Amino acid sequence: MIELKSVNKVYDDGFQALKNINLTFDEGKINVLIGPSGCGKTTTMKLLNRLVDHTDGTILVEGKDIQEMNPIQLRRQMGYVIQSIGLFPHMTIYDNVATVPKLLRWNKSKIDETVHRLLNLVNLEPETFKKRYPSELSGGQQQRIGVIRALAAEPDIILMDEPFSALDPISREQLQDELTHLQAEINKTIVFVTHDMDEAIKIADQIILMKDGEVVQKGSPHELLTEPKNDFVKEFIGTERLQKAETLPLVREMMNQDFVSTYVSESIDEALNKLINHNLTQLPVINNKQYAGFVTIKDLLKGSEETVSNVINTDQKTLKPSDEASQAMRLLKEQELNEVTVLTDQNEIAGVVNYKDISEALQNYYEKQQGVV
Amino acid sequence: METILDYIEYLQERYVSILEYSYEHLLISFLAIMFGILLTVPAAILLTRVKNDLFNSTVFNIVNVFQTIPTIALLAIMIPFFGIGLQPAVIALFLYSLLPLLRNTYAGIKSVDPGIIESAKGMGFGQAKQLFTIEIPLALPYIMSGIKTTTVYIISWTTLAAVIGAGGLGDLILGGIGLNDKFMIFTGTFIAIILALSMDLIFGKVEKKLTR
Repeated sequence: MIELKSVNKVYDDGFQALKNINLTFDEGKINVLIGPSGCGKTTTMKLLNRLVDHTDGTILVEGKDIQEMNPIQLRRQMGYVIQSIGLFPHMTIYDNVATVPKLLRWNKSKIDETVHRLLNLVNLEPETFKKRYPSELSGGQQQRIGVIRALAAEPDIILMDEPFSALDPISREQLQDELTHLQAEINKTIVFVTHDMDEAIKIADQIILMKDGEVVQKGSPHELLTEPKNDFVKEFIGTERLQKAETLPLVREMMNQDFVSTYVSESIDEALNKLINHNLTQLPVINNKQYAGFVTIKDLLKGSEETVSNVINTDQKTLKPSDEASQAMRLLKEQELNEVTVLTDQNEIAGVVNYKDISEALQNYYEKQQGVV
Repeated sequence: METILDYIEYLQERYVSILEYSYEHLLISFLAIMFGILLTVPAAILLTRVKNDLFNSTVFNIVNVFQTIPTIALLAIMIPFFGIGLQPAVIALFLYSLLPLLRNTYAGIKSVDPGIIESAKGMGFGQAKQLFTIEIPLALPYIMSGIKTTTVYIISWTTLAAVIGAGGLGDLILGGIGLNDKFMIFTGTFIAIILALSMDLIFGKVEKKLTR
């Protein structure tokens, strides 16, 4: 894990590139730094391997202050991939990939094994490619080498500075896919700089949107798309992407909080009155503030019982506020009920969802999609 | 036909001294270039590390001045300081070699793609490691081409060193002029050309090999 605490960067000419940055790059996640040019995203990344030193504040890598570490040792513990790839043209692919292991003086057989494994990982046949020179490879192949070179010394952290921006669109898409697949296997903490929102949405676990040296918003791609913090974020993401991300509302948003309920101790007659007055067919039952089950009109009319507690059903499946609309629809259909109860984590009733709520939500959604509103 | 036979006879008689002149010639050129390389390559590398542009351009301007002094004049200027003979000649030619050697080495190091430097730094290369395994190997074609060009024209200028008594093939030519001896003039000129061409060829081969 990498933590930045109140980090500032002021250049010698007085330009303040970064203003009070507080960030956490999560372990084993792809953290994408994004923003318009000059926003400080690359500077932020270069602080981490001390290619740029911060002016004040603290940067902790695995709990250790990087200011107290030898920059050369620090860099050998982090993979580094840049836009211009930066393979060494006078060295073979083998030597390029083996760069950091050689700096770390690994033994030859371990290096051999690593280079083979990594070339296979990106589907480049080791026997064919290891003796070639970078100039004999296509741009996409070169950047694959760039990526595995960064992985060679098994660093926990990999810094990637717009690694795919210079590639043609097809190679770029391929490498993005490969990176996400690779990440599922290797689980590194990746700090990835880009200016391409599509790329960020595609690969990120966490997106950090920056502007003028400050963090404007951070969160999962879903969070940024569904809850953009301000107009700048909306503008940067773009209306088209925001619209595409517009999803059916969650149960939380469409449930009825103003619902009618009954108590275990209530008499059958009173419960029936409630049903009739509100034109309902079933009621949730509360016992000591907790959800206890439900009663239907059929149960109540059955006969001779005195209180609700005698006819209560407890086998109904319930919803959580964070469930999706589709789950609500499924439960309604499966249980052949007119209403499903929504429960909080404390097992209290948060609301109910019925067919009418769902059809209203659907109607809103489609009107928005077509831009009627 | 008769001239050719005469010339062969001349070569048979004089080949020992011709070889001596050639040896002197090579020695003067070699010393000048070797000192040139020893000074300029490290100096050029240091210059690439200097961030002050004014300092760099001043150094290049000074070195450039030596280049503008006519060869014969530079050799003459050496006499009051270093007398005559091999030493002042080597110094004068050394001064001539500075600019092309310095410029090529400097340009070579500067020509290394900044992306390559950044990735080397980012992977944890130290200063020295970066210089010797990345920058110098990548600049080597430039450095070699500087050495090649410089060697070729230092060899041809060394003929003038005879004027200040340094010896070499220039002696043969000057002697020939004094005695009105065509054979001497021709031999001196011809061997100087051969030496320059063969150096050009050898360094060209080396350069090609290094550029891969």
